[in-house]
Amino acid sequence: MQASTFSQTRKKNTVSKRAGAKQLKTGEFYFRIVFKPLLFILLLAPALWLAWGAYQDSLGANPVEAVIRGMGDWGLRILLLTLLISPLKRLLDWPRLLRLRRMLGLFAYFYVALHLLAYVWLDQYFDWNEIWLDVVERPFITVGVLAFVLLTPLALTSTKGMMRRLGKRWKRLHRLVYPISILAVLHFWWMVKLDISEPLVYSILLALLLGERLYRNVVRQG
Amino acid sequence: MLIRNNSEIKENQVTDYQDYQKRREFIKTAAGLGLAALSGSLIQPASAKILKSPYSTSEKLTDYEDITSYNNFYEFGTSKSDPKRYAKAMKTSPWTVSVEGHCEKPGKYNLEDLLKPLTVEERIYRFRCVEGWSMVIPWLGVPLADVIKRMKPTSRAKFVYFETLADPKQMRAIKHQILDWPYVEGLRMDEALHPLTILATGLYGKDLLNQNGAPLRLVVPWKYGFKSIKSIVKIRFVESQPMNTWRKSSQDEYGFYANVNPDVPHPRWSQRRERVIGSGFFSRKKKTRLFNGYEDQVASLYSGMDLGKNF
Ligand code: HEM
Repeated sequence: MQASTFSQTRKKNTVSKRAGAKQLKTGEFYFRIVFKPLLFILLLAPALWLAWGAYQDSLGANPVEAVIRGMGDWGLRILLLTLLISPLKRLLDWPRLLRLRRMLGLFAYFYVALHLLAYVWLDQYFDWNEIWLDVVERPFITVGVLAFVLLTPLALTSTKGMMRRLGKRWKRLHRLVYPISILAVLHFWWMVKLDISEPLVYSILLALLLGERLYRNVVRQG
Repeated sequence: MLIRNNSEIKENQVTDYQDYQKRREFIKTAAGLGLAALSGSLIQPASAKILKSPYSTSEKLTDYEDITSYNNFYEFGTSKSDPKRYAKAMKTSPWTVSVEGHCEKPGKYNLEDLLKPLTVEERIYRFRCVEGWSMVIPWLGVPLADVIKRMKPTSRAKFVYFETLADPKQMRAIKHQILDWPYVEGLRMDEALHPLTILATGLYGKDLLNQNGAPLRLVVPWKYGFKSIKSIVKIRFVESQPMNTWRKSSQDEYGFYANVNPDVPHPRWSQRRERVIGSGFFSRKKKTRLFNGYEDQVASLYSGMDLGKNF
């Protein structure tokens, strides 16, 4: 179960702010001025790094593959990081963390979109016929596309306005992130030729993240 | 025997075709002056003496740097950069090849003895990996047929079995049982005897680097790269079709024949097109050709066979 929505968190924060604790104010200051911008730069760094490598021609013998894989890797990593936020918030008892979720989710989408763009442009050169055949013939591409298609409405409804407008349905919609993550990991499994060590690591991480939620649900109901 | 010298090591930095050609011209002159030792290799003849071959393609060569840094050699790790990083640990001299099975001259051969009477020639071949990328590589080597004939296979020899070194002390990834080591490949006798099939000992005028399968590897240009087995320690003449390593790991993905064929897709890679390594960021893939463009030479080997079934 996801914890409170963004607006609820904000309400709580305003309430505690009104309580007048000066410490919280500096906490809020650091969160907004230091922590969040720093995280933003960190999340952008891999894209800049790949772009620089592409420009410098230092991505090895097959730069197109390096870019596609690099963007895919970071898309998946950040997607899982997004799922880490709410358990981490509970663990650290740090409600502000929830306010990172939208940025993380949008960054995941940013990388996946670049991943897709690199595939459509650099790998396939807009050969739509070939792309279509790929989608129907290669199972790992099929699930990748499915994951991307499902992720798109989440990115589009990530604004505060959308959150307000959709109300309860927003939460239900955004639970799609669970099947999306499973599809993304499956995409990786089906892509590898032989060495399953990387997708295995992601699978274990995802299992922990989903398992924690399942466990909490069961405990709460029981 | 020629001995490697310092000037040769500097020459090793050479990368592209123009330089390679220039170097050949230079060596030719040097050879004319009686300085043949400049080519400095145990196996490779002085460059001027390297025979050119009508089987060579005139397509643009892949950079030496790319050929020697983007490799699949799972004994050293599954990443493309692992072989270059870790293959140095393999000792390739002295090198013994064990010739076994149905032939009149079995035995353990020193690499030099195995190749001695033969003439190393240059073969510029297209190289197509099952993963959907390709290179153009100026190999040096000898026709496999010449080696086989010297071993005098008997009439019971229907296939040739090859085996790669599998020494966990020299090959760091052997301990991960990713594939069933040692790596095994095989050819039907007529494929092995085909004039396009070579045992390679070098590329770009130099000895093979370890990541490319030094000191001796197979090159079968009309088949996917995994058939071109590296660092060969065993050649065996056998009666029945050997079980090759990739096929053993996944029967419905990799066949015995593994002939390049744009119409037989692999579950993860469409085989219709290929990324030409070194073609840059914004270039289209190239259409893959049946038998990797060697259809005229090899199609007759498979007449009457269903290539979709015998993939
Ligand atoms: C949520 C969506 C997606 C995620 C998280 C994702 C993630 C990944 C990851 C982690 C890899 C492996 C990278 C590596 O080997 O290091 C990968 C590979 C790949 N993905 Fe995706 N992907 C997604 C969607 C897509 C889509 C929509 C396409 C194209 C239609 C696509 C095409 C590819 C291709 C072609 C590769 C393999 C490249 C190669 O073989 O070198 N992916 N992806």
